[in-house]
Amino acid sequence: MKTCLVVDDSRVIRKVARKIVEDMGFACEEAADGQQALDYCRKNMPEAILLDWNMPVMNGLDFLIALREEEGGRKPIVVFCTTENDMSNITQALRAGADEYVMKPFDGDIIESKFAEVGLV
Amino acid sequence: MLPEHKHQILAAEVKKRSGLVLGPEKGYLIESRLAPVARAEGMASVEALVDAMRMDQRLAKVVTEALCTHETFFFRDRTPFDMFQNVIIPAMGPARTSNLRIWSAACSSGQEPYSLAILANEMGRVRPDILATDISPNVLEKAKAGLYSQFEVQRGMAIQRLVKHFDQMGDSWKIKPMLRQMVRFEVLNLLDDFRHLGKFDVVFCRNVLIYFDVEDKRRVLERIANQLQPDGFLILGAAETVVGLTNAFRPVPGQRGLYAKPEGLAKIAAA
Repeated sequence: MKTCLVVDDSRVIRKVARKIVEDMGFACEEAADGQQALDYCRKNMPEAILLDWNMPVMNGLDFLIALREEEGGRKPIVVFCTTENDMSNITQALRAGADEYVMKPFDGDIIESKFAEVGLV
Repeated sequence: MLPEHKHQILAAEVKKRSGLVLGPEKGYLIESRLAPVARAEGMASVEALVDAMRMDQRLAKVVTEALCTHETFFFRDRTPFDMFQNVIIPAMGPARTSNLRIWSAACSSGQEPYSLAILANEMGRVRPDILATDISPNVLEKAKAGLYSQFEVQRGMAIQRLVKHFDQMGDSWKIKPMLRQMVRFEVLNLLDDFRHLGKFDVVFCRNVLIYFDVEDKRRVLERIANQLQPDGFLILGAAETVVGLTNAFRPVPGQRGLYAKPEGLAKIAAA
């Protein structure tokens, strides 16, 4: 079973995302900020990462840049999932190595559609 | 819910106007679609609305449109667009594809024709002239504007496509002018005569005939065949078929939802 790491400082969002990805057949892990996410990935690279942008300690963009530098860090498919919906954010994320970008608010259909776009489902 | 005889009156009126079949199991649909209309028209109930509609053409039109399903999204079902790219375009050849006439029938808010415009643009050598029609003038106005919500542009579209083909306008996204110009929009009821539209190379008629009864389905399909070039293609929705309805089209082997005229089938084999 593939693992999806949900990275978001909101417990509510993590709970909603967990339900969505578990319904799609993923095992779900959670991290509340970029540093926690990095610590997790250093132990176990997940197949997929749902990534918030604005988080304390380490934000999503900095996490992504660090992740891609890690050994095996190019492997996970990273889908940003954020309220930042400006074109400049999107291009920044894609340049840093994001595979997809979801603008909040989202629903299960959008997540599933985006996961299908990147070949996760 | 409507009493049975009023349901029948409503169903007859709606079928006459749009071909839409409202079976007895559609009580919930009627209630959910018409309650807002009743409120907007200052009627006490859906039943009062149906009563008033019998004397009022405008109201009958509004009611009919409210019952027609307008759901659509970009690159819906994916497969038809893969077929367009991998089967139809190669079969047509470069001379044809530099001026391809496409009809997106029952286009609703425009995501299907714009998806085709995007695909053609990405393929490069395909220059389509896309006609998109729908029974509902309201929904067509939205399609003409080409402006979509954040929700609408995220379903069915990769982020790279969104960024490339749309301009951001606040929280909404607008299809770029070059793609907008590839599509013409026209109000059309499929039950009406559409010979004035001319002949097409490709017709998309997805997920609208499912609402028609067998006779209307057959008639519309045969009239579409008259508007299609001998080697043209028809694409229906995933759950639909022409089999048992008309011989004007044959299924293309191995391509679910793709139909060609009997004389056109040879072209695909040759491609």
